[in-house]
Amino acid sequence: MTPPTAQILDRADDKHTGKNTLAIADCDVHVVPGDMQRELFPFLEKRWQDYMAAYGSRPRQGFAGGPAYPKGQPDAARRDAYPPNGGKPGSNLEFMRAHHLDPLNVQMAVLNPLRTGQGMQNLEYATAFSRAINDWQVAEWTSKEPRTKASVVVTYEDAPAAVKEIEARAGDPNFVQVLLLSRSAEPFGQKRYLPMFEAAAASGLPVGIHAFGYGGAPVTGGGWPSYYLEEMIGHAQCQQALLMSLVMEGVFERCPDLKIVLVEAGFAWLPSLCWRMDKLWARMRDEVPHVKRPPSEYVREQVWLTTQPMEEPEVKPHLLDTVKWIGWDKLLFATDYPHWDFDHPDHALPVRVTEEQKTGFFLQNALDLYKPQPVA
Amino acid sequence: MAGTIGAALLPRKRLQVPTLTLYIGRTLHPSKSIVSPVSTAAPTLADTTRSPLPAGGICCDLHPGVPSNAALLPYLEDYWADTVQQRGVHPLDTIGYPVNAPLTCRPDWRIEGQKPGTSLERLRTDALDAFGLSAAIANCIYGVQLLFSEDMAKAFARAINSWLAAEWLAKEPRLRASIVVPTQSPEAAADEIDYWAQDRRFVQVLMIVMDELPLGRRYYWPIYEAAARNGLPVGIHAGSAYKHPVTPVGWPSYLVEDYGAQSLAFQAMTTSLICEGVFAKFPDLKVVFLESGVTWLPAHLWRLTKFWRGMRSEIPWVTEPPWEIARRHIRLSTQPLDLPEGDGEAAATLERLIEHLRSDEMFLFATDYPHWQYDGLAALPEGLSQDLIRKMMVDNPRATYARL
Amino acid sequence: MAATARAREKHVVATLAEMPPGARKLVKIGTREIALFNIDGEFFAVLDRCPHQGGSLCKGRLIGLVESDQPGEYHYSRPQQIVRCPWHGWEFDLRTGQSRVDPTSIRVRPYPVEVADGSAVREGPYKAEVFDVSVEDQYVVIEL
Repeated sequence: MTPPTAQILDRADDKHTGKNTLAIADCDVHVVPGDMQRELFPFLEKRWQDYMAAYGSRPRQGFAGGPAYPKGQPDAARRDAYPPNGGKPGSNLEFMRAHHLDPLNVQMAVLNPLRTGQGMQNLEYATAFSRAINDWQVAEWTSKEPRTKASVVVTYEDAPAAVKEIEARAGDPNFVQVLLLSRSAEPFGQKRYLPMFEAAAASGLPVGIHAFGYGGAPVTGGGWPSYYLEEMIGHAQCQQALLMSLVMEGVFERCPDLKIVLVEAGFAWLPSLCWRMDKLWARMRDEVPHVKRPPSEYVREQVWLTTQPMEEPEVKPHLLDTVKWIGWDKLLFATDYPHWDFDHPDHALPVRVTEEQKTGFFLQNALDLYKPQPVA
Repeated sequence: MAGTIGAALLPRKRLQVPTLTLYIGRTLHPSKSIVSPVSTAAPTLADTTRSPLPAGGICCDLHPGVPSNAALLPYLEDYWADTVQQRGVHPLDTIGYPVNAPLTCRPDWRIEGQKPGTSLERLRTDALDAFGLSAAIANCIYGVQLLFSEDMAKAFARAINSWLAAEWLAKEPRLRASIVVPTQSPEAAADEIDYWAQDRRFVQVLMIVMDELPLGRRYYWPIYEAAARNGLPVGIHAGSAYKHPVTPVGWPSYLVEDYGAQSLAFQAMTTSLICEGVFAKFPDLKVVFLESGVTWLPAHLWRLTKFWRGMRSEIPWVTEPPWEIARRHIRLSTQPLDLPEGDGEAAATLERLIEHLRSDEMFLFATDYPHWQYDGLAALPEGLSQDLIRKMMVDNPRATYARL
Repeated sequence: MAATARAREKHVVATLAEMPPGARKLVKIGTREIALFNIDGEFFAVLDRCPHQGGSLCKGRLIGLVESDQPGEYHYSRPQQIVRCPWHGWEFDLRTGQSRVDPTSIRVRPYPVEVADGSAVREGPYKAEVFDVSVEDQYVVIEL
């Protein structure tokens, strides 16, 4: 047997990233501090530096060193996304330029840092961590690379703290959205979260809700599954549940300027959910009198979805039915770089579509929604 | 043979339960209090004469209602009958189907002074006769799965099945029933299946979609083994044991979300049943999703198959694409049918979704009586081909239920 | 028959010395990129492009073959003879190029590999533009 170390690849030739000539916006790119102490501590009060060192980040799940379900790949990453000089995937701007932004012709990359304060049980710590990661995104990414735009990471389980952070970043061209994780402690439509959505709507920032998180509830309504694969699939159901909550609690009705982006859970499930919500709303609207219009209308006007991981039908063109039902203008292309379930733009659309559809899907829808501005 | 078990189980003695009368009285609500904002399309007799559906169809999901625990007393063992009375055990109706909520019963199917679905006579005229059915499968939704005591659950399951046999099946030859099982103890559930499987009028095993563990978990396999052993499909109905929040992001505020979340749970259980290897272990088993909403299925299988391709080494017993497994093993009852509104659009969309599934053998006709999913006789969207209607109403149910 | 058969081209792509067991190399022949592996002394070569979305198989992890007789059982054999795409984890049998999922419809193209002596390589019909072939050495040769 050859030792596993023999598998380490000579990275002299790293051209093989799949070139792409079409200009794209990548609405879900993951970045992570390469070195917490060096990169993040400058933005973190001493108290929380010490806390991080002593107690660590304690989310609503059991393992200190990783997710509840071990991922399919180390760091959930593409194996070719490790910077050659070491460090985690998504930690090195220079490498990301060469490996991803340049070859894939990315015009705008929306940064979504994960596991950076959100969903931690200690809300004070979570707030400090979130604020630090926002400062870090500006210092290490958006100020150095104009194609990257940051997300305002907020402590969504503490709405007043989230409001403060949103207001602090509003109008800052480094940021293009507010970032939440989908698996909250309660469905996002519930009252306790409303001030956060109101603040986001007032700031003009869309709210991206990324799959994952640590709400404490099982990923199915019937308990915890056995396999990572099942948990992965389950993230689409989480997005459906929270979207239903936002609609039925009247969050869209109350905040007509609110824009929601559902990130990293595919999209093909949306038409069926909208048909279902419309029917149920018609049947039980006396239970939710604050919802004035059919749910699908709010979704149509106020919800966008990033595409990855795109559903892959047995007969590829069938996906076009789904896109038609959702609307070509509502989908935002995303690769999820550097994560393993990455979608490549060359393979994203199953068959030929019109130039207009293509441009919207890969670039223009995102530019229209996020309206990225140059950093002065 | 049929009916002998039911006969053997007829009450040994009738218990007098005066204290329950008052209690029952309090649980009943007059149907005239129902006001729904969208009850404008009250069905008329004219609707029923224009039924587009062929006679002789099979309804794979309708619901006889348990009027009260008092109705079950004659079928409970003595200890449990006494317990129910002494402890004042409340009715096992769940918050998933509040008795007076619009969805629980269609206005014209409500029975003055009684709970929905509790009259055999009305079930005959409203469902069996109105839709010209040749057979209908009665799925009794009563919160047995919510109990924490597996002993009490076992007693209630046995009583409900006995009551179904004596009060419904024995009196109406068009009716068939599903075996209610105490999933709190898979071994006891298997015993219950073996017991009732001898009665050919019981055609399937009944579970709910949100139980304590995902339904694919090996914990439940004695149930599937017993079902397979007896050639019975496993029906999985909407509903929760409420041992977890009904959504993966916590408890919602409204019934509309609770019911909405049922289709999410069906998605999750599709994942679970396939990934955990239920169909690898029981290659002849069929699972019927009852009241699932249906149209979420193709997109879900696309997602599931995509991830299986990358992660199949985690579950190497799954050797075929999940959509292939689903086509072979999963069936779905057709009410509710989540489709867009509009003339012809529902039918066209449904036919498109069938193309996405690449199978027209998965859907089984259902009235979902007395739940209020549609008005009149519009249990299927207008404009479907006669061929598809026949498949859903006759061929597919027959292929699924060997006992029909 | 003989008239239609195209002579296979043999390309010298590496010295044996640079490809010890455990080594791998991305080689380019014309426009084709090919992933070359030495696994326990046996050579394998496949087109370096996952048929799914084009991930570079040369950067994939080598694993064994996972099979199962029934749920809960994992049989692990043929260590390192399966390459997992570094992107989405699709598994390909290096011997046949077949995908472990949908093996009838999904495969990556495999190429025959041989080790040849320098003396033989010098005589042709080998193509070895980038190598100074020495008679003392041995070479890894891919057939196209």
